[in-house]
Amino acid sequence: MYASNFVEGVDFSLYFILAISVFFLVGITAVMIYFLFRYSKKRNPVATNIEGSWTLEIIWTVVPTILVLLMFWYGWVGYRPMLTAPDDAMEIQAVGQMWKWTFNYDNGKSSDTLVIPIDKPIKLNLVSKDVLHSLYIPAFRLKQDVVPGKDFSMWFIGQKLGRYDILCAEYCGQLHSYMLSSVTVVENDKFNTWLAEKQDNSNEHPGLTLMKKNACFSCHTTDGSRLVGPSFKGVVGRSETIIVDGKEKTITVDADFIKHKLQNPLSSNVKGFQSGLMPKLPLSDDEISHIIDYVSTIK
Amino acid sequence: MTVDTLPYTTFYKAKKGIISWLFTLDHKRVALLYLYSIITFFLVGASLGILMRLELFHPGKDIVEPHTYNQIFTLHGVIMIFLFIIPSIPAVFGNFFLPLLLGTDDVAFPRLNLFSFWLYAIGALFALGTLVFGDGPADTGWTFYAPYSVRTGTNVTMSVVAAFVLGFSSILTGLNFIVTIHRLRTPGMGFNQMPLFAWSLYATSWIQLLATPVIGITLLMIVAERVFGVGLFDPSIGGDPVLYQHMFWIYSHPAVYIMALPAMGIVSEIIPTFAQRTIFGYKAIAYSSMAIAFIGYFVWGHHMFTSGMSGPAAYIFSILTFLVAIPTSIKVFNWIATLYKGSINIDTPLLFALAFIFNFLIGGLTGLVNGALAADIHLHDTYFVVGHLHYVMFGGTGFAFFGALHYWFPKIWGKMYNKKVANTAFATLLIGFNILYFPMIILGIMGMPRRYYDYLPEFTFWNQVSTVGSWITVSSLIVLIVNLFVAARKGKKAPDNPWGGITLEWQTKSPPPLENFDKMPKIPEGGPYNYPNAKSSN
Ligand code: HEM
Ligand SMILES: [Cu+2]
Repeated sequence: MYASNFVEGVDFSLYFILAISVFFLVGITAVMIYFLFRYSKKRNPVATNIEGSWTLEIIWTVVPTILVLLMFWYGWVGYRPMLTAPDDAMEIQAVGQMWKWTFNYDNGKSSDTLVIPIDKPIKLNLVSKDVLHSLYIPAFRLKQDVVPGKDFSMWFIGQKLGRYDILCAEYCGQLHSYMLSSVTVVENDKFNTWLAEKQDNSNEHPGLTLMKKNACFSCHTTDGSRLVGPSFKGVVGRSETIIVDGKEKTITVDADFIKHKLQNPLSSNVKGFQSGLMPKLPLSDDEISHIIDYVSTIK
Repeated sequence: MTVDTLPYTTFYKAKKGIISWLFTLDHKRVALLYLYSIITFFLVGASLGILMRLELFHPGKDIVEPHTYNQIFTLHGVIMIFLFIIPSIPAVFGNFFLPLLLGTDDVAFPRLNLFSFWLYAIGALFALGTLVFGDGPADTGWTFYAPYSVRTGTNVTMSVVAAFVLGFSSILTGLNFIVTIHRLRTPGMGFNQMPLFAWSLYATSWIQLLATPVIGITLLMIVAERVFGVGLFDPSIGGDPVLYQHMFWIYSHPAVYIMALPAMGIVSEIIPTFAQRTIFGYKAIAYSSMAIAFIGYFVWGHHMFTSGMSGPAAYIFSILTFLVAIPTSIKVFNWIATLYKGSINIDTPLLFALAFIFNFLIGGLTGLVNGALAADIHLHDTYFVVGHLHYVMFGGTGFAFFGALHYWFPKIWGKMYNKKVANTAFATLLIGFNILYFPMIILGIMGMPRRYYDYLPEFTFWNQVSTVGSWITVSSLIVLIVNLFVAARKGKKAPDNPWGGITLEWQTKSPPPLENFDKMPKIPEGGPYNYPNAKSSN
């Protein structure tokens, strides 16, 4: 059994072409090397001028034409079913942002990894919050670009129980190669139990929940180490050199600064870190104060 | 063939001093200015390649931070594409040999030719300027995809201006060659008596002239968006990122043929000379160049099969892509047939030409895989593509470039290199090259995406093999270049026509005098490769 319903078509298209390719590569190279020795100056002191042969030209135009049309055809046949998802497909929203995938289910459940029931068509509605990404599941032989402002989707059927890698295949900046997730294919009833499990955020600080949801931690650590942006550890009260309109300025990080930064992320940037990367998040004033509240606790 | 021993003034000695070089109007000197610059950038680009391979030796961090890695592959791509491979064969060997092959004394517009070198130099300064100015070199990949290229803080503007200026240099070279080929062929040489290298430059020049302006305007649009906030490609200010991809590839796909066609022209020169017989299927080779250039305009969409393309568009772009394979395979078959019943001298330039065929076959055949819709969905943006593009550009065009350098070396410098060293460097380069890139094809099929600073543990083995290949490759390149460098300074004197070639450049002295020919060159009767000593076939 193949991991997804597209593996067979993709692999056939790939190995069909590879087989023909190996045949021609080996054949042509062998003939080339044979001629090199058979018609070397020593063996064949006098060359023969042969201008060409229209018969041969026709043969080696027609044969490759037939072969490439076949290759085209199998490529199309393997690809065509990817274009339209069946109507009964289960829809899940897949959100890509620098550098995190989030999967939102219809019942409000949201998860960092994708969990799907076996043998059921799944349709991912792809949303990007910032730049281009591409959702790639090598084991399923499937990828689709996630483009901000476009409603793209992809669909597939997981046919084999197991966990498979999800990678980002379209370059998206600094931590592109760390934008990883996975898809787990499970039995139907296991899936239903998983889906029904409530995420219990009630004991969690609401600021932390918001920060997880908005992927703050894919750029900022809480342990003082450096990632894309400065660490949150002890950030409130710290003095930082920031660059505003090309001029350096030293400030002390406080609630006002954090609020301003969240609302106008590109207005300034901390010296020594790359500018232009922090996204503008749709946060209400209340949410911002929860976040500030939580950040102040990271010591 | 009489070897003229009378003293004469070579183009090197005609004028002296650095100023006479920087302001030269002689096509041969312009060619050499390009050659030295291009080799320098090739070495810089290769060093960046080595750094990447070192970083990828283990998963996790080896030598640099992710951000630096991203800047390295971008700069590597920009240098290799815009400063090395696009100008390589046309600007060096086209400039030097097109007038000689046509039996004339210079290109049509010598001043424009010098100007295009100057543009190249200015463009190169901009590209390197990103190392010093602003927040460092761009980290977008050489494709500058929006909206990341609009948002990143690195110096994208300057990189893009560099590519823009270099585009103009390329346009002017193309224009110059088209006019030269139409107007300056020696009396009696019709289009069908032109050597095939001239044909391939002709097809290339049209692409340079017609496609390059599209990338120019696209890159300016990026600048407008970054600097003035005009919403063109970034959806957050009303633009369309997929539009950018179309505009980028409308140029950059035909640009692949700017890289490949001149290389095919070189191979079409080298093989008949070393087989000492006429080329098989002259017209098929000549016209297939024009066919490739023409169809090549309509296939750009195959870079975008995963960008939300509609079914019918994908269908059409895929089928057109496969059609390009036909004229390409026609060329390969004709080259092989040219060896048949030849009287073959196995010498360094021929080895490079045959290695070109081998590598280019792998590059072309993997290209077919990418052209097939189903397979491409899996392999797009993986290391399969990185392998494929290096087989085409480096294994193909790069090898042809070094083949041309060994072929025409005695003509350019009047000296001969150490062939043993050259052949050794060739053999290790071919082996190292394949160890470096074949694993990438495997990694791609396994599912490793490109532009990855770090990778999953299952990809470790082939990455390490590839890195070892990069050491062999670069060592061979150093030996190859040092060997030629030494030969240019103190090599043995070479005869005017060491390979027994019959195209016109072999009729003048080595190195050629300032105006190329002392007396009118004689066009060989019955075509440019009609070797008088060979039997005729009927
Ligand atoms: C010593 C020789 C070389 C080495 C070791 C090397 C290595 C590499 C590697 C490892 C990458 C992939 C980076 C990534 O995706 O993370 C790459 C990309 C690339 N290389 Fe090379 N390369 C070499 C020579 C060349 C040559 C001769 C050319 C062209 C003529 C070339 C053109 C490119 C291009 C266009 C890219 C894509 C850059 C991008 O993704 O933006 N390379 N090279
Ligand atoms: Cu991404």
